[in-house]
Amino acid sequence: MSGRGGDVGNGQSDDDHELRVTKIRNGTVIDHVSGGLALTVLGVLGIDGSAGEVVSVGMNVPSDRLGRKDVLKIEKRELTQNEVDVLSLIAPEATINIVREYEVAGKHRVDRPEEVSGVLSCPNPDCITAGNEPVASTFDVLDEGVRCVYCETILGTDQADLIDHVDIG
Amino acid sequence: MGRHLLGAKQLSRADVERVLDHAAALDPGSSTDRRSGALLGLCFFEPSTRTRLSFEAAVKRLGGDAIDMGAIEASSVTKGETLADTVRVLGGYADALVLRHPSQGAARMASEFVSVPLINAGDGAGQHPTQTLLDLYTIRENVGLDGLNIGITGDLKYGRTVHSLSLALTNFDVSQYLISPESLRLPRSVRYDLDEAGASVTEHTDLESVLPDLDVLYVTRIQRERFPDEAEYRTVAGEYRIDAATLEDASDDLIVMHPLPRVDEIASDVDETSHAKYFEQASNGVTVRMALLDLALGGDGIFAEDDARSLAEWDDEDKRDERERNGGNQGDEREEER
Repeated sequence: MSGRGGDVGNGQSDDDHELRVTKIRNGTVIDHVSGGLALTVLGVLGIDGSAGEVVSVGMNVPSDRLGRKDVLKIEKRELTQNEVDVLSLIAPEATINIVREYEVAGKHRVDRPEEVSGVLSCPNPDCITAGNEPVASTFDVLDEGVRCVYCETILGTDQADLIDHVDIG
Repeated sequence: MGRHLLGAKQLSRADVERVLDHAAALDPGSSTDRRSGALLGLCFFEPSTRTRLSFEAAVKRLGGDAIDMGAIEASSVTKGETLADTVRVLGGYADALVLRHPSQGAARMASEFVSVPLINAGDGAGQHPTQTLLDLYTIRENVGLDGLNIGITGDLKYGRTVHSLSLALTNFDVSQYLISPESLRLPRSVRYDLDEAGASVTEHTDLESVLPDLDVLYVTRIQRERFPDEAEYRTVAGEYRIDAATLEDASDDLIVMHPLPRVDEIASDVDETSHAKYFEQASNGVTVRMALLDLALGGDGIFAEDDARSLAEWDDEDKRDERERNGGNQGDEREEER
C-alpha cells in the first residue's frame, strides 16, 4: 500500500515519474482510464492529431487503483459536457484534470449520468430517431450499457459497440 | 401513469384490471352516447385492418366519431412532413390520437408533441399494448389471469404483440414458456425488462415438450422475410405449425390464441376445436378498445389516478347529465372541455 491518491499532478508519485514525458501548458489530462482504452477514448472524442494539437498517451501505466491504467494529455483542449458524458460510459473510473499555465486548475471524476442526450446515435435502423424527426437521440444509462428511450434498444458500452455510434456535435 | 398508452411496460396490474373491469361491464355489441361529440384521430402509417376498424367501431359505439388521415400515399407525409408535425396538427383536431407507425419508438416520440392522449397501436417491432389488453381480457374471460402456464410461440424477436404481452404478464402469477427458433428469440431489450421484473420465464425451441403443461398457447406468425432463403423458412415455420393433431397432447382446457392475421401457422382444423379462441379474441378488440377510449376521452388520462371511477359511476353521471339536459341545463361542460 503506497497510501497515495494515485492522481496525476498530485505531488511526487510513481505516476509522475513514469509519465514525465511532457507537461502540458493548457489543456486536459484524462487519468485513470482502464488500461488499453486510451486509443478508444481518443477515437470517441474525435482526436486524431490532425488538428496539430499535442497529445501524449501513456498506456498500461502501473496504478494502485486500476492495476494498469492509461493516461492522456491533450494540449489546448477542454472537454465539453457531452464529451465528458461519453467518456463516463467507457471510462467510468476516469478523472479529468483541467490544466492552465501548467497548473491543475480543476480536477474531477466523471459522473455517470442517468441519461445522455445528443451524444450517441441509436444503432437500430428502425428507430424513430434514425429519420429526420426533431428529437435528439437520448439514452438511459444502465449498469452495463445504455438504452434508447425511444425504441428501447440496448447498446453495450463495450468500446466496439459504442465507438461506431458516438455522435458528438 | 400518464395520459398516454405507449407500451406494456407502463401497465401495472391495477391499470390492466381497471381497463379489463371496465370492458367486462360493457355490453358487447351495444352502443352508448357516453362520448358523444368526441373525435378520435386515426394516424395509421402502416396498413391495418383489425386494429384500425376496431378503434373506429369502438369510438362510434361510444357515441363519438373518428377522423382518419387515410393512406400514406394521399397524405402530406409524402411531402416529407415529420411525424412530429403530423401528430401536432392532428392533435389539434381530435380529442385523442391512435398511432401506428413502422418505426420503433414512434409513439413515445409523438407523445412529446401532443397534448391529447395518444395510444400506441403498434410501433414497428416495438410494442402493441392495446392488443395486449384484449389478449389479457380474452385470457381472463377463459381461464383467469393467475396460476397459469402460458406458452408464446413463433416470431418472438420481431413480434410486437409478443413483446407487449410478455411484459404485461409479469404483473400476474404466470409462468411464461417462450418457444421459438434460436434466431427468433426475444430481443435483448425485452429480456432485460423481464429480468428486471423478476419474471418466471423459460425458453424452448421445441413446442412438443412443453405443450402438455400449458393453459394458454399464444401463436404468432413466422414471416418469410426473416429468413435468408425460402427453404430455411419453410423448414423452421413448419416446426412451429399447429394443427388439431398437435393439440391431442394438450390439456383439454388449453386455449389457443393468435393476434391474427394468420397464414398457415394454425391449421384450419383447429378452428373447430374447443381450444380455438382467436376469433373470440379478435372480437374482444372492440369491447376492450371501447373501455380504453372511454377512459382516454373521459378524464385526465387513461390511467390517471383521479380518473378511477367505475363504469357504474360513469353510468350514474350519464343519467345525471341526461336529467340536467332535460331540465334545460347546458350539459357537462367539464367533459366538453377535454
